[in-house]
Amino acid sequence: MQTTTSWRSFRMAAWLGWLIESNWTDPFLFAVYSIVKPLSGAAILVIMYGIISGGNFNTPLFPYIYLGNAFYIYVGAVMTGVSWAVVDDREHYKTLKYMYIAPIYIPVYLLGRGVARFITGSIAVFITIIAGVLFLKVPLHFEEINWGLFFVTLILGVVMLALLGLLLAGITLTVARHEGFIGEATAGALYIFSGAVFPLDVLPAWIRPIGYFMPTTYWLELLRRSLVGNVAQAFPTLANFSNMELLGILLGLSIFFGVVSIWVFRWCDARARELGLIDRTTNY
Amino acid sequence: MSTSLAIETKNLGRIYKLRGSKKETRKELVALQDVNLTVERGELFGLLGPNGAGKTTLIKVLTTLLSPTSGWARVAGADVHAEPELVRPRINMVSGGESSGYGLLTVRENLWMFSQFYGVPSKEANERIEALLEMVGLKDRMNTKSSDLSTGLRQKMNIVRGFLTDPEVLFLDEPTLGLDVGAMRDVRRFILDWLRADKERTLLLTTHYMAEADELCDRVAIINKGRVLACDTPTALKQRLQKDVMFEIETSPLNGLTMQMMEEQPEVKKAALTDIEGGARLTLSLVEESALARVFNLFAQKDIKVMNLNKRQPTLEDVFVDLVGRSMAEEESNGSGE
Repeated sequence: MQTTTSWRSFRMAAWLGWLIESNWTDPFLFAVYSIVKPLSGAAILVIMYGIISGGNFNTPLFPYIYLGNAFYIYVGAVMTGVSWAVVDDREHYKTLKYMYIAPIYIPVYLLGRGVARFITGSIAVFITIIAGVLFLKVPLHFEEINWGLFFVTLILGVVMLALLGLLLAGITLTVARHEGFIGEATAGALYIFSGAVFPLDVLPAWIRPIGYFMPTTYWLELLRRSLVGNVAQAFPTLANFSNMELLGILLGLSIFFGVVSIWVFRWCDARARELGLIDRTTNY
Repeated sequence: MSTSLAIETKNLGRIYKLRGSKKETRKELVALQDVNLTVERGELFGLLGPNGAGKTTLIKVLTTLLSPTSGWARVAGADVHAEPELVRPRINMVSGGESSGYGLLTVRENLWMFSQFYGVPSKEANERIEALLEMVGLKDRMNTKSSDLSTGLRQKMNIVRGFLTDPEVLFLDEPTLGLDVGAMRDVRRFILDWLRADKERTLLLTTHYMAEADELCDRVAIINKGRVLACDTPTALKQRLQKDVMFEIETSPLNGLTMQMMEEQPEVKKAALTDIEGGARLTLSLVEESALARVFNLFAQKDIKVMNLNKRQPTLEDVFVDLVGRSMAEEESNGSGE
């Protein structure tokens, strides 16, 4: 019964999320946006790197930055995809209260709503990487890719990001204003502390522990290693850890943050019911 | 709890803490206070009161959206606060006066999606959707995106959403708010037909339309400022005032005449005021018909002209005036705040 309810919640939420995500404009514009947006983001980074490095793209730093930036698209997409559903349903469609009184699992429903952003995010990541290989000589050799490590890491990371999104969704439930910025602000903060575009060694020593505590740091490192092998290990931050050790850390932190996220969501959910915030619209 | 009860509340209370400016201390708003109600299965129960009386708050508590701050409530046999997962499969709710729904989905898609959240088999859901849309006159718009519907039609779609899952207990919060007269009539007939089709179905309706409560409800609770003031059948409530003589008088502007001055007249039991274009409508409850002469004398002193005079039977509005001391319109403009 619980499995049926969970699956029902997830399946319908994913269906709804996809219709919302893909329906805001006509298919042509949607396709253009899906391609242009990630490429523009990557282009800015590449130009900045080119200027700073004097046009030297044959250093290990370039694939480090390029791949980190490409996969970081998932962080914003998945986390915000889950938490934004609260804002969307409560403020825009005014349906959150009807979802709440339906016999579904709200956390599973919200996770389902994030599926669409995962799909569009995946398209953006794929396009960005292919463009990097074709036009910028990112040293990605398909025969050398550790596919097993890549997919295990990718799936584990996406689940971890979805659970972090649930944490943000809980906080969003209890916030009547500014809730739209929570996902973006968190993704922005993680961008600095996760070693997405520079190794953690660049940060002051007293800030680095924040990065070491973030599962996204190990996730991005493992993705780089699975795709470009030793290039990613050229940096000292995590070079002493083997792939399995990093995977173990990623799994442990994912479980930790997953448990915390579920607990925080439940607490926020109860708090929102106490404060009468489930159906509050602010038009803010 | 008896199994015949669909809804039961005991000393139910809800206080909102309102946040003012940083320097101000938090204010408290009592939205519900010691609400004790029982609703039998199969009953159409009405909550009647002005805007801000606490009706919507009570519905929010009963539908598990809001936690009570005191007392308890059971719906379909389960505690709404402690066991919301047992309550939710058995209920549904429709709020009037709002245009909720996913505008990018068609009417059918919106309804089908909600039916799936309740686990209704897809084929059965589609059959129900067609039948219900036919009943509310929306079948020809089934494949229209809901964003392209007028407010009234969108509200009809939402009403269908509530009925679609065939709940044991259905909560309708001002379902006819904002609808035109014809649509109101359609919705009221639809509600009655749905309820009569199965004796186990229970419906709790909030309204501030007296005639709606009178026409539809088996029993009515009159609620004001979070308190239930009376609860009985519409007929029994009106019989309280049967011994009084009721007059409705339309006049020119009152020139400083107050309801208190009216009620100070001998044998004038209650006086309530509703502003109308170019003057006022007074509803008087008199102990004896002869008191009307004194009222007219008062009008003459204030140079007030009488435009229209009707003697009539007591209504639920009169019951409200009798209980609260003011008309619903006066109470709303006084701002009891929900």
